[in-house]
Amino acid sequence: MAELQFREAIKHAIDEEMGRDERVFVMGEEVAEYNGAYKVTEGLLDKYGYRRVIDTPISELGFAGIGVGAAMNGLRPIIEFMTFNFAVLATDQIINHATKVKYMTGGQISCPIVFRGPNASAGQLGATHSVSYDSMYAHFPGLKVIYVSEPDDAKGLMKSAIRDDNPVIFMESEQMYGMKGEVSDEEDYIIPIGKGKIKREGDDVTLVAHGKMYHVAVQAAKQLAKDGIECEIIDPRTVKPLDLPLIIESIKKTNRCVVVDEAHPFGGLASEIGFLIQREAFDYLDAPVQRVCLPDVNAPFAKNLFDIWFPSPKQVIDAVNQVTYRN
Amino acid sequence: MAKKKADDVQFAPKGVGEIKDGAVQKGVDLPPATKKKHKDLGLSADKLKAMYEQMYLQRRFEERAMQQYQKGKFGGFLHLYIGQEAVSTGTVFALNDDDDIITAYRDHGWGLCRGISANEGMAELFGKATGCSRGKGGSMHFAKVDHHFWGGYGIVGGHIPIAGGLAFANKYNQNDRISTCFFGDGAVDQGALHETMNMAQLWKLPVILVVENNGYSMGTAAKRHTVAEIVDRAKGYAMKSAVINGMDVFSVYEKMKEIANDVRENSEPWFVEIRTYRYRGHSMSDPQQYRSKQELEDYQKIDPIQRLKTYILEHKVLSEEQIKEIDDKVEQEILDAVEFADNSDFPKEEELYEDMFEEDNPYFHV
Ligand SMILES: Cc1ncc(C[n+]2csc(CCOP(=O)(O)OP(=O)(O)O)c2C)c(N)n1
Ligand SMILES: [Mg+2]
Repeated sequence: MAELQFREAIKHAIDEEMGRDERVFVMGEEVAEYNGAYKVTEGLLDKYGYRRVIDTPISELGFAGIGVGAAMNGLRPIIEFMTFNFAVLATDQIINHATKVKYMTGGQISCPIVFRGPNASAGQLGATHSVSYDSMYAHFPGLKVIYVSEPDDAKGLMKSAIRDDNPVIFMESEQMYGMKGEVSDEEDYIIPIGKGKIKREGDDVTLVAHGKMYHVAVQAAKQLAKDGIECEIIDPRTVKPLDLPLIIESIKKTNRCVVVDEAHPFGGLASEIGFLIQREAFDYLDAPVQRVCLPDVNAPFAKNLFDIWFPSPKQVIDAVNQVTYRN
Repeated sequence: MAKKKADDVQFAPKGVGEIKDGAVQKGVDLPPATKKKHKDLGLSADKLKAMYEQMYLQRRFEERAMQQYQKGKFGGFLHLYIGQEAVSTGTVFALNDDDDIITAYRDHGWGLCRGISANEGMAELFGKATGCSRGKGGSMHFAKVDHHFWGGYGIVGGHIPIAGGLAFANKYNQNDRISTCFFGDGAVDQGALHETMNMAQLWKLPVILVVENNGYSMGTAAKRHTVAEIVDRAKGYAMKSAVINGMDVFSVYEKMKEIANDVRENSEPWFVEIRTYRYRGHSMSDPQQYRSKQELEDYQKIDPIQRLKTYILEHKVLSEEQIKEIDDKVEQEILDAVEFADNSDFPKEEELYEDMFEEDNPYFHV
């Protein structure tokens, strides 16, 4: 095991894959000469040169589409968005093209491409820089969606994403880039897409949490343990395909579930998991599934409002109290 | 196409700002400034004084804001306009007060110039309920709509079509107002600009689309992110165009006045490139390794505020003491603003749910 920052874990994965496959290249705003807006691509230009590490203009629709075309024509692009809030401009290429070219040409075209960058909020950046998009992308057929929470997952899943022959959305977080964690130093460390992980074992309630919310769930679980409530935390890591068997197995043990999701509540991962649990494990439930999400409101700037807006460990504890009938 | 060795293949141009033939290659080349005196431009002594005060206010407001940010008084992004004050000031003095202005996130100077008080501005940075956007927007979203300042926007290029829409409504209503849109050189690369230019010309919208070319888009020199001369984009749309020296407030005033008159008279769009320079980093976390110290110093030598001050003194519009009086007044106004912001309340908790919909008791999904 080696201790790495989140950003280093992602970079190592990209670096290893660029080393083993010459078709892999990196493209995005400030990725080359500036070494990445968040330093994820630091040093890659020096190592791989101007052919494979490419600065783009602020033209998200254009460079996402150039990525799609290059992927169709045999390359394996990694497209960095400065944040997924700006990838909204590129959604025509992602949703209307990358996910559909194979199907509508009767399988003649492949589109092996990774769209990556930070997702969701990063403190007081206001309404246009704070949205969580993983559930939105997961809505569309033809995409795999990953939103990781720890450096080890980042490394193993990034390598899988780059090797995957389909379009993959890979999400990170500005606020996690500096976070350190143990990362496997196994040679060619791969975590398969679609596999979740039980990150904390417990008998009383299942918390499903991914991305930044995983860390909120961990804080809540620590507090609850002091009160004798043991949470089982499942990090799905991949939003789609979702590791449903792992979640259902846990529910069969705990009979209770709280989903913690940084998206707004309507039609997101939390509601999807709630639906699936009632379909697959209805008889095992001792309480309705609860969720902790963002409110159905844009991100405010003011610090005090932001702190109410953003899901907190306290809200998770309240939800756990509800499903365990402790209040 | 002759085949290259893989290592020689290149897409994005390599860095500029390096030393070439003994001189620093500049991010932008400035066109000559106007030679006209203030009287030739129709600017009274009072107007000149007001211009100077406004530019100095913008500068000191941001210098103080930076200190407060470093002290941890507020969070989020802070993009400073320092160095570009002649653009906002020259423009606002050239336009009618009911002409529309919309800009990107580097918006403090624009807001102050269009009547946001130092108090309201500083309080917005602090995220307080007394801020111009009631603490909901922060640095990137200053707005004063009753003064026709439609605000700052954070998605690069996103507000450009909106400017077209403001102009559309003005033409629709035949109200004699025109609209102006300011955006960075980086935004020139967004499709939104090009779609808007085509429709603005096709539909003869009374709008001025203005690039504030400060030489850099974040850490990328203009010559590395966009081809040819920015102003020449206009040719493809048969649009009237101009290049203006943005380090000189008289040049901005003169040309923007002329253009505004033309737009008002003929209901036709213009595409304008105002060349300027930002002294500070893109935001507060920018090590600025993409440009040379010398380049920055070269621009600071032609500082727009210093330039106006020198002119005012040389032409005896104001004395040293009178200038000092203005400076002291501005200084005090800003110290008071910091205190005001500090002492103001945060928005009330229930305000989280306000301003989402028009009705009083809207539906929120839970
Ligand atoms: C669509 C979109 N892409 C990327 C960003 C991130 N970003 C914010 S400002 C900026 C640079 C813009 O430069 P320019 O337009 O020249 O304006 P300046 O900062 O120089 O005023 C970038 C890349 C964004 N806000 N929106
Ligand atoms: Mg710029």
